[in-house]
Amino acid sequence: MELQTILFWFFALIAAVASILVIANKKPLISALFLILNFFSLAGIYLLLSAQFIAISQVIVYAGAIMVLFVFVIMLLNAKDEEEFAGGMKKIKNFVYIFGAIIFIELVYFIFGGNNEKISAHPKVSVEIGTIENIGFNLYVYYILPFIVASFLLLVATIGSILLAKKKIEQSNE
Amino acid sequence: MSEITINHYLALSSFMFVIGAVGVITRRNAIVVFMCIELMLNAANLALVAFSSFLGDVQGQVFVFFVMTVAAAEAAVGLAIIIAIFRNKQSLNIDELNLFKW
Repeated sequence: MELQTILFWFFALIAAVASILVIANKKPLISALFLILNFFSLAGIYLLLSAQFIAISQVIVYAGAIMVLFVFVIMLLNAKDEEEFAGGMKKIKNFVYIFGAIIFIELVYFIFGGNNEKISAHPKVSVEIGTIENIGFNLYVYYILPFIVASFLLLVATIGSILLAKKKIEQSNE
Repeated sequence: MSEITINHYLALSSFMFVIGAVGVITRRNAIVVFMCIELMLNAANLALVAFSSFLGDVQGQVFVFFVMTVAAAEAAVGLAIIIAIFRNKQSLNIDELNLFKW
């Protein structure tokens, strides 16, 4: 087997098991840690797909920034462990598991059974595609308007989260 | 088995998406529901990067960049909302957040 194949199965297995453990754990903090593991293995898979910039920003943005935010909020709120479903809802839970399995089997059936001759079986091995240079060029030349809109989105999100999360000043004075 | 095609990447992506969807429905904790949404976003990202790599086109990766931006903004605002809810309700159980239900 090639090294790439071994690495794909390695990372894919870690990603799959970690994503299962995210929803199987009762404690939110453990779920968050498994989600970080999942993001790291996804970064490895992005590297296999020769998307270096995306892999690095996956580690920095997702595993770094977003998950730190999650863990921070879990620490701040110090919530109790999750409560179980009320009686009649347990059947719905099992139903959802079965339904999810059916959807996954259906998706895999269509993915592997489909006729996708237009897509080459091998990745077009050009390391230049995923470099910061190429992505930056595309971002600033062809996608400059969405880029500016995205920066406004981040600004609005910053202001909005401050407004939502801060206490009312009148309340804290009382 | 020996060679990795785009189908394998798409299968992994759909697996993660289904797990995220199941988690959103079955979990009761608002923060975990949020993490499952991140899982689904990452599944979509994986599919985009796989197509981008196998088609030799950079547009998919540019789109993933924007998805990451939106995910960061969404996580910040959503967690702020969760903090505000917790301040009012002293609970993160989404079963208790049924003000708008019916």
